Amino acid sequence: MPEPTVILTPSALNRVLTRMAHEIAEKNEEGSQVVLVGIPRGGTALAARLSKLLEAIWQHPVPAGSLDVSMHRDDLGSHVAPVVHGTSLPCDVDGRTVVLVDDVFFSGRTVRAALDALHDFGRPRKIQLAVLVDRGHRELPIKPDFVGKNLPTSRQERVDVRFKEEHGEDAVHLHRLGAP
Amino acid sequence: MSWNRKHLLDIQSLDVSEIETILDTARAFKAVGERAIKKVPALRGKTVVNLFIEPSTRTRISFELAALRLTADVINFTAEASSLKKGESLKDTAQNLEALNADIFIIRHSATGAPHFLSRFLRGSVINAGDGAHEHPTQALLDTFTIREHKGRFQGLNVTILGDILYSRVARSNIWALLKLGAHVTLCGPSTLVPRVFEEMGCRVVYDVDAAIENADVINLLRIQHERQRKTMFPSINEYTSLFGLSKARFARTKPDVLIMHPGPINRGVEINSEVADCERSVILEQVTNGLAVRMAVLFLVNGGKGPQELAH
Repeated sequence: MPEPTVILTPSALNRVLTRMAHEIAEKNEEGSQVVLVGIPRGGTALAARLSKLLEAIWQHPVPAGSLDVSMHRDDLGSHVAPVVHGTSLPCDVDGRTVVLVDDVFFSGRTVRAALDALHDFGRPRKIQLAVLVDRGHRELPIKPDFVGKNLPTSRQERVDVRFKEEHGEDAVHLHRLGAP
Repeated sequence: MSWNRKHLLDIQSLDVSEIETILDTARAFKAVGERAIKKVPALRGKTVVNLFIEPSTRTRISFELAALRLTADVINFTAEASSLKKGESLKDTAQNLEALNADIFIIRHSATGAPHFLSRFLRGSVINAGDGAHEHPTQALLDTFTIREHKGRFQGLNVTILGDILYSRVARSNIWALLKLGAHVTLCGPSTLVPRVFEEMGCRVVYDVDAAIENADVINLLRIQHERQRKTMFPSINEYTSLFGLSKARFARTKPDVLIMHPGPINRGVEINSEVADCERSVILEQVTNGLAVRMAVLFLVNGGKGPQELAH
């Protein structure tokens, strides 16, 4: 396999996350109502990271958790069963502003599943979407509110987001799979 | 995590990572059962057939509720009220149900290998819910799930299975699962029901109940199955109770953190003392709760078992 292209270095990733946190803070005046919900796997570490940055901005704790979407996917039965991750929501989502967080935004089907999964836990007042990398190829009418980096890709490419907490390093790489 | 099977026919053919995949998946499904909304759409539009040729209430209800919680449609087929009584063969019955576009068949049958037989010609998935005295894989999975929740490990754990081993598919499936996961398995009961041949599987066979339970971390009690036994296996129920029943006196000599398990239905005062069955070391009702989670996990996994494919975002 050819060497991956570096899309974001550790310092660039940090700057992107800081900007995203400020955009979230700008759009949500009532910070105390915001809860960050990551979609496993990549979104969980990202939500925790954004929560720390927002804590520094708002000067109060910002709850972060994770939401399993595997049971709500629309391709179950046509694929090998996906890994089921646990859901851990740090608080009741009823009436709050939920910011769904994912690392790579692609077809939009994962976010569609997340909206359904979240609905089983309550009725948030608002749901927003934050993604680190938007790689295009949307298949559903879903649009993110906060984007770290727009990255036009081909379907033969794979975006690999790595976080210190999980992989020991901060980086975003682009892999080319097979022939172009 | 690895699961790429279309059927769950037995524990014997599973490897450790497949067993662990089911247990890990079951943990997530247990959490679903604790929510206000206990239903997920994972099997939406699928049809599940409960094909229970041998009578069963608790396993059938558990599978039925598991399928309903996954949003599947469920048909219950019992031998008493069926075309089998009119002379139809099992194969024809199953193929007739498949002609209605059923996707998953859960079968219980008194004949060993019935699920394996169906899996050879049905297009859908087959799950073994107990075949003869052969295997009852989901029972072993819910038992190991319960043990893992309490003990956190299997390596070096002493598990004693007490009672009717010879006629027990629960015992066979448990033995396979526990040995694969690294536990030490001791079998105990009347010698007519616990033949030495089980030593060849890698179990310890003991006929003195006190020796069998003194170092046990887990004691799994099996019901004496009146309906399966010929009268010659042991002289009387009372004798069984006095020689092998888990009395209060015997329970008092077990490890303080021992786990008391039973697949149910329990016969109070026969294989287990009534107070012991209700004591805080008994996890008999937890097993029922966990059974639902394990069966949801199995239905979820076999539904996707068609071939390895990378999942896109």
